[in-house]
Amino acid sequence: MTSTHTVTTAPRSGFDADGLRRHADHLALLESHAIFVLREVAAESERPVLLFSGGKDSAVLLHLAVKAFRPGRFPFPILHIDTGHNFPEVITYRDARVAELSERLIVARVQDSIDSGRVADPGPGKSRNRLQATTLLDAIAEHNFDAAIGGARRDEDKARAKERVLSFRDAFGQWDPKRQRPELWQLYQGRVLPGEHVRAFPLSDWTELDIWQYIAREHIELAPIYFAHRRSVVHRDGMLLAVSEWITPQPGELVEELNVRFRTVGDATGTGAVRSDATTTREIIAEVAAARTSERGATRADDRFSETSMEDRKREGYF
Amino acid sequence: MAPVGPPGASMATDGSGTDLLRFAAIGSVDDGKSTLIGRLLFDTQQLFDDQLEAVSVASQRRGIGEMDLSLVTDGLRAEREQGITIDVAYRYAATPTRKYIIADCPGHVQYTANMATGASTADLALVVVDVTSGLREQTRRHTCIAALLGVDQLLVVANKMDLVGWDKDAYDDVAQQMHSLARRLSIASTTVVPISALHGDNVVERSTAAPWYDGPTVLEALEAAPAGGWAAVHGTHRGTGARLPVQWVLRHAGGRSYAGIVGGGPLRPGDPVLVLPAGHRTTVTSITTYDGQLDEAPVGVSVSVDLADDLDVSRGDLIAAADEPPLVTNDVEATVCWFGNRPLRAGDRLRVKHTTRVAPARVTEVLSRFDVNDLTLVDADELADNEIGVVRLTTGTPLVLDPYRTNRVTGSFVLVDEATNATLAACMVGSPPLVESHIHLVR
Repeated sequence: MTSTHTVTTAPRSGFDADGLRRHADHLALLESHAIFVLREVAAESERPVLLFSGGKDSAVLLHLAVKAFRPGRFPFPILHIDTGHNFPEVITYRDARVAELSERLIVARVQDSIDSGRVADPGPGKSRNRLQATTLLDAIAEHNFDAAIGGARRDEDKARAKERVLSFRDAFGQWDPKRQRPELWQLYQGRVLPGEHVRAFPLSDWTELDIWQYIAREHIELAPIYFAHRRSVVHRDGMLLAVSEWITPQPGELVEELNVRFRTVGDATGTGAVRSDATTTREIIAEVAAARTSERGATRADDRFSETSMEDRKREGYF
Repeated sequence: MAPVGPPGASMATDGSGTDLLRFAAIGSVDDGKSTLIGRLLFDTQQLFDDQLEAVSVASQRRGIGEMDLSLVTDGLRAEREQGITIDVAYRYAATPTRKYIIADCPGHVQYTANMATGASTADLALVVVDVTSGLREQTRRHTCIAALLGVDQLLVVANKMDLVGWDKDAYDDVAQQMHSLARRLSIASTTVVPISALHGDNVVERSTAAPWYDGPTVLEALEAAPAGGWAAVHGTHRGTGARLPVQWVLRHAGGRSYAGIVGGGPLRPGDPVLVLPAGHRTTVTSITTYDGQLDEAPVGVSVSVDLADDLDVSRGDLIAAADEPPLVTNDVEATVCWFGNRPLRAGDRLRVKHTTRVAPARVTEVLSRFDVNDLTLVDADELADNEIGVVRLTTGTPLVLDPYRTNRVTGSFVLVDEATNATLAACMVGSPPLVESHIHLVR
């Protein structure tokens, strides 16, 4: 490309009539495609649901749902799988967003799965990330959901990189990576038999950088923990974990008060912070663009167990 | 042009001004597709340190040297066990002007459906050929499928040149065969690059081993290739006129709007349109997105459209430019890539998914089978797994069609098993675009 396309102020909508064909702005195309997927899933499924974690990808997903369905209501409720190990700022953010949108929120709690004996409590301070699969599958069964829309991206992990935009789950909620449905063009085929469901990933082709650029362009509000703040963290397993009611420093562990932010939001016991002074989306984009470590590699304890941790969890029904 | 620095470092902060090229790596098993993609990502520094470390650890565990770059994309347990690619891996890369979506496709014949999945949205096919063995049947099959899917740019790499001592004749042989194959398949543009994916020659870095070659490196060819954006997926501007398959009806105080992605050509307020298959004629009064009204909806953009008349329009209907209408029919002749375990025969009942419409269908006749070695259509009465042929179908409700070569959206559909909902075939309206040729193919 020899284009000298200079943009002083990005057009709000991200495209212009002529520009799309000759200088296809990739964010405008990613947005259009994601809206297309949301509408297809809503139309083809009997009982869809949108998964919301309070993280940045969820925030983008909600924003896209607004664009896809307003002035109407969302044709699906919002489901949060609550590990019980939350950053309080994220729950505040979740409730504010849902109230602002006047949409229906369902909260399914990992604690309930523990209390009913469906899963074993890994113990205080231990990550409940993996347990979410059971809680999620139980919620899907309870509400008869036949499509669960999530914010997962293919650039997050090598198993995710293999997954379809509409990904089939059998009656046990299992993903079989060796028997995926062919997915031709954009003919997303989400029909299932009773008890089966699909996972739909409208952000499949977005990268971490795309997400941040889109957040900046669209002025999407995020939970404050994404931006640099002072926090007491403990050095553990090569990560910086926030000191909280579940994470208490053990003898010999180094605790520091640092400027940090989070690159992902998950179970507070397994999600690490990164050192950062970035307090604006623009500063974060500069950091993301220069990062030498992937977002999950930097911050997720659960992805470090083995070569195929994500695949193993996905087979069990994880997001 | 060389993209140096960490992933994404070179991109504009707001993401504007970058275009998007989607390409699929195709070709026979063991010819080096995954290694090439790994090499491309490694040499353009698109890989994160933790990803590299993981690949390094996995390579050493398998005793396959310091860094097996195929492990960058072969991420499934079963793939690593067997050292093969089973399903498409999607990877992402960026240079200062361009974003890439890369589909690393499997080479085995039994995973042809997965290869077609990866190639169906590609602007360009990166065909990997092992020079030590030359073109194989799978190379031809994949190239044929890519061509049938409408991919009209081939970037061919003659891989493993180091194993033949960078012999120019070996390269010329591959180049000559691929050029004649591409000509027969009506592919507009073919570039052939001699490389070693293993050592990185002519992938990103220009090799000194082949002074006789003065063409582009793989990266240079990718950077220079025309990007279709997703126009390739949402219909081309080769002249069908605007098409809007209705996805969703948005109700609002002023009435109803019809949401979908515009394909085939731009749509403007004031355009006379037909609502099909019913055939009602009306006018577009406005085109909106959540961000406001548009003077023109370009191809590939999600919009909603208001019409002048209060008509019965629902999901599955198609709003089309009145002066260039598509065909409304219950009888379809299509080129079919069949992925079912059982043969496809006349009388079979299946479900068609075409644009946003679903219809029951019956196979009236299997007309011919496509021979990927001879590039000819031969008489046939069934299609076996992974075979391609021309088939005639009757549908229970009318479809609104264009030939695939003029519009990939209205010209494509899939066949679905009525009992299991499995996707069994990729179908393109019309016959394969074969050029009869007097050139004798060297096989």
